Amino acid sequence: MLANFASIDSLFYLAGLIAVIASLKVVTGNNTVHALLYLVVSLLAVAVCFYLMGAPFAAGLEVIVYAGAILVLFVFAVLMFGLGEDETANAPQNKTVANMFGAMLLAFALLIEIVIIINNGDMQQNLQANVIDSKAVGIMLYGPYLLAVEIASFLLLAGLLAGYHYAKPDVTRGPL
Amino acid sequence: MTSIPLFHLLILSSLLFAIGFIGVVARKNTLFMLMSLEVMLNAVGVAFIGAGSVWQQADGQVMFILILTLAAAEVAVGLALLIRMQKKYRSLDIDVLNQMKG
Repeated sequence: MLANFASIDSLFYLAGLIAVIASLKVVTGNNTVHALLYLVVSLLAVAVCFYLMGAPFAAGLEVIVYAGAILVLFVFAVLMFGLGEDETANAPQNKTVANMFGAMLLAFALLIEIVIIINNGDMQQNLQANVIDSKAVGIMLYGPYLLAVEIASFLLLAGLLAGYHYAKPDVTRGPL
Repeated sequence: MTSIPLFHLLILSSLLFAIGFIGVVARKNTLFMLMSLEVMLNAVGVAFIGAGSVWQQADGQVMFILILTLAAAEVAVGLALLIRMQKKYRSLDIDVLNQMKG
């Protein structure tokens, strides 16, 4: 019965609201790991927005690359920092599950949204009608945007080299 | 085209961008500044995808993919620099970097 009230518009506004709340929690948080948790929720909410806008390919990329790869990079870096002594000092001291409750609640709301969208046949038809598929994107990427793709590959190579150079151990080289 | 008006898409995008910008300007911890940069890049992605879906062009998603590569490269370099900073100064506070050398 909840699905009868839901429309694409209202689900979009709800996902946008979740994205804004989670982003606010990222910016105002004290604890690094909790902020990362909210950042994941924010990225997933934006992915749901993309799906509702008729860009399922971009939504998949957002989940796989942003929430999957970039956030894992963040988590590894936080592990290497040893959780940051200066950060845990002013964080709330209770180490219970309650700290993650907000993020879990927002993620659960997103899950319910996805279930509603998948179960609603009319909504699926509406979404299918105005979708821009990955084929069109691929034709654009390897047609008019070929030079931009090449430049992006140079950018990734530069990122790889810089990451290796800055993060390697100090013993083999002099001052920065 | 989608049923969501472009104006509302742009409101969501600018709201997210403003939140990320406030984070970059107001926070002292460099890790949080990097996270806020991610939020800002994401907001720009919302604007591009929204415009692309309103005008039914694939260009918006192409620009989003380029933003994605930019974000990946930026995070890799930024986190490597943060690891150097943590090793050298034992802190992630941006204020320890307020002096230039040479």
